[in-house]
Amino acid sequence: MADTPKIVRGVRRSAAAQDFVFTEKDLPAGGPNFLQAFRQNAWTAYQSLPIPTVSEEAWRRTDLKALQPQQFRIPAENAYLDLEPAPAELLRPLTANQHGGQVMLMAGGSHVTLDPEVAAQGVIFTDLRTAQAQHPELLEKVIGKVVRPGEGKFAAMAAALAQNGLLLYVPRGVRVEQPLHSLLWGAGEGLAHFSHLLVHLEEGAAVTYVHEAASPEGSLQAAMHAGIVELYVGPGASLTFVELQSWGENIYNFSHERARVDRDGTLDWVFGAVGSHLTKNFSDLELAGPGSVGKMSGFYFTDHDQHLDHDTQQNHLAPHTTSDLLFKGALLDRSRSVWQGMIYVAPGAAKTDGYQANRNLVLSEHARADSIPGLEILADDVRCTHGATVGRLDEEPVFYLLSRGIPRRMAERLIVEGFFDPIMQRIPFEGVRARFQAAIQKKMQAMGD
Amino acid sequence: MSVLEIRNLHVSIEGKEILKGLDLTVKSGEVHAIMGPNGTGKSTLSYTIMGHPAYEVTDGEILFNGQNILEMETDERSRLGLFLAFQYPVAIPGVTLANFLRTALNARRKAVNPEDKGMPIPEFRKMLKEKMDMLRMDHAFAGRYLNDGFSGGEKKRAEILQMATLKPEIAVLDETDSGLDIDALRIVSEGVNTLRGKDLGVMVITHYQRILNYIQPDFVHVMLGGRIVESGGPELALSLEEHGYEWVREKYEGEAVNG
Repeated sequence: MADTPKIVRGVRRSAAAQDFVFTEKDLPAGGPNFLQAFRQNAWTAYQSLPIPTVSEEAWRRTDLKALQPQQFRIPAENAYLDLEPAPAELLRPLTANQHGGQVMLMAGGSHVTLDPEVAAQGVIFTDLRTAQAQHPELLEKVIGKVVRPGEGKFAAMAAALAQNGLLLYVPRGVRVEQPLHSLLWGAGEGLAHFSHLLVHLEEGAAVTYVHEAASPEGSLQAAMHAGIVELYVGPGASLTFVELQSWGENIYNFSHERARVDRDGTLDWVFGAVGSHLTKNFSDLELAGPGSVGKMSGFYFTDHDQHLDHDTQQNHLAPHTTSDLLFKGALLDRSRSVWQGMIYVAPGAAKTDGYQANRNLVLSEHARADSIPGLEILADDVRCTHGATVGRLDEEPVFYLLSRGIPRRMAERLIVEGFFDPIMQRIPFEGVRARFQAAIQKKMQAMGD
Repeated sequence: MSVLEIRNLHVSIEGKEILKGLDLTVKSGEVHAIMGPNGTGKSTLSYTIMGHPAYEVTDGEILFNGQNILEMETDERSRLGLFLAFQYPVAIPGVTLANFLRTALNARRKAVNPEDKGMPIPEFRKMLKEKMDMLRMDHAFAGRYLNDGFSGGEKKRAEILQMATLKPEIAVLDETDSGLDIDALRIVSEGVNTLRGKDLGVMVITHYQRILNYIQPDFVHVMLGGRIVESGGPELALSLEEHGYEWVREKYEGEAVNG
C-alpha cells in the first residue's frame, strides 16, 4: 500500500498567543528595595525568555505544546480560604513523633509554627513574607545566590512572581534535633502557584528538612507550579533534605533546584515523585568546597499519562569531592519518564569520586522510560562510574513467586517493592518510607484495572 | 492423604514435543526418584506440574486428589499443596527471604479465610528460626534478598526451607543435588528426610544416583524420550549407577528405531 502524500498546513501561532498572560502588575508589591530589584530583574529575564520548546536540548523530551499557558491565573490574596484545605494526614510529621517546625504554603497565604526551643537556638524557619519583614539582611544575602533567575523561563517566572516561599536558616554550629517540615498545598484549578525555598546552613550546622508539594486529586482543569529551591550547605555542615512530589494529576510542575555544598559539608538529598501531570525538574548538586559530599536518591512512579522529566547534574568543582546518585523509577499505563544526568568534573577537581545510576522498570507495554547518563571529566585522577538500565518485569521471578502460592498481582507488587528497596534503604526515616510505600501500593493496586 | 496422578501427559515447548505420554502416580508418604539422562524431559515434567506458561500440554491430564489441575493458575496449584524446588532458583533483589516467606504463608491463610490478618510476626520469626536451625542456616539469611548472591548450596537450602515452611503435600525436587558439594548435599537431604512422613509425597528428579544414598526412594523410575520406561525399587537406581543409562537407551531407543 503506497503512502498518500500528506499536505500539512502549518498552524502558525503567534508568540503572544503561546505565552502566559502574567503582567508586571502581578509582581508582588512592597518589600525591601533589594527584593523589588531582584523581582524586577527576574521579570526582565522572564520576558526575554520564550516558553522552552523541544528544540532546546534540555527540553528535547518534554513537549509543552499542550500547556495552554493562557489558562493560568495568579491566586488572589487569601484565595486558599475558599479552596479545598490540605488533608490532615499531610500535616502529620513524617520523620519523628513531632517536628521542630512547620510551614504551610498555600494559594495566597501561609501558616508558620516553630518550636520555641528551636527558635531560641537562632534558627529561622518561616515564610518569605515574614523573612522579608523580619530578616531582610539575611534574605538579601541568600536569595538568588544559588539559582539565578535567568537560568530558565520558569526559574525567572518563579523568582519574579513568587508571592511567598520559605526561608530556613541554621546558625553556625547549631544542630537542630527535631526535623522541620513544610507543605506546599496547591489547591484550585486554573491557578499558577509559585514557590521559592531558601535553605542556608552556616558552618557546622545540621538539620533535617522535609518538604512536600501536593494538591487535591481529581481536579479536572489544569493548574501549574513553578518553583525554585536554593540550598546552601556551609563548611562542615550537614543537611538532609527530603522532597516529596505528590501533586494532583492536573498540575504542570516546573522546578529549578540546586544545592551548593561547601568544604567538608554533607548533603543527603532524597526525592520521591509520584504526582503531577507533567514535571520538568532540574536538580543540581554543586560540590563547591574540597571534601564535600552529596548523595542524591530519587524515586519516581508514574501511571496514566503522567510525564516526569528529571534532569540532574553532579558538579565536582573542587578536589576530594564525592557524589553518589541513585534514581529508580517504575512506569505504568501510558506514562513516560525521562532521567538525564551528568557528572561534571571541573579542571583541578582531582581525587573526586562520582557515581550515578538510573534504573527503570517499565510495567506496561505503552509506558516509556528514557535514561541518559553523561560524564564530562576535565580533571585527572578521578573515579567516575555510571550506569543506566530500562527493563521490564521478567516472567521468571513472577513464576517463582506464583509457584509459592502468591497471587500474580501480589507477586508483581513484591517485585516492584523489591526494585525500590535500595532507594528505601537510603531514606533515613520510617515515616517517609511508609509514605513512599503507600504511594507504590496505591499505584500497584490500580495496575491492570 | 493426597494423590498426584499424571496420565498420558504430552507436553510441547515452542511446538516441539518433549513429553510423549508420561504416566506416574505419587501418593503422600511415598518418595519417588525420577532418573534419566539429560534432555529427556525431567525438568519439563516439573515445570508442567507447576504450570509454567512456556510448557503447552497437548494431551493427557494431571489430577491432584482427583481434580484436574491443568486449568489452574500456578499460585492455585501451590496453595492446593504442590511444591517445586527449582533447579535454578531465581534471585529477587530487594525482597528479603523473610518477607517473601511471610507473604507466601499469608497468601495461603488468606485463600482459606479472606478475613485472615496474617501470621503474627513473633510467631513467624520463631517458626522461621526453627526451620533454619534444622537446615543449619545462619539466621541472618532471613534478612538477605531472596537468592540474590546466594551460593549454589545456599539456594538449595533456601528451597528446602521454603518447602518446610509451606508444608506441601506433594513436592517435586528438580535436580536439587546439582551443584552441591557433599556437605551441602548431606544437609539438604537431612532436611528432606526430616520433612518426610506420611503427609508428604516427594518426587526426586535427578540425573545421578548420589542423592539417593541420602534420600532413600520407595520407587525408582527411569525417563527416556519423554516417557517413563522402567519402574522399580531402589535396586533400579543402583543398577543405573553401576551400568549407566546405556542399556536403557539400547533397549528403548533401539525398540523405537526398529519398531
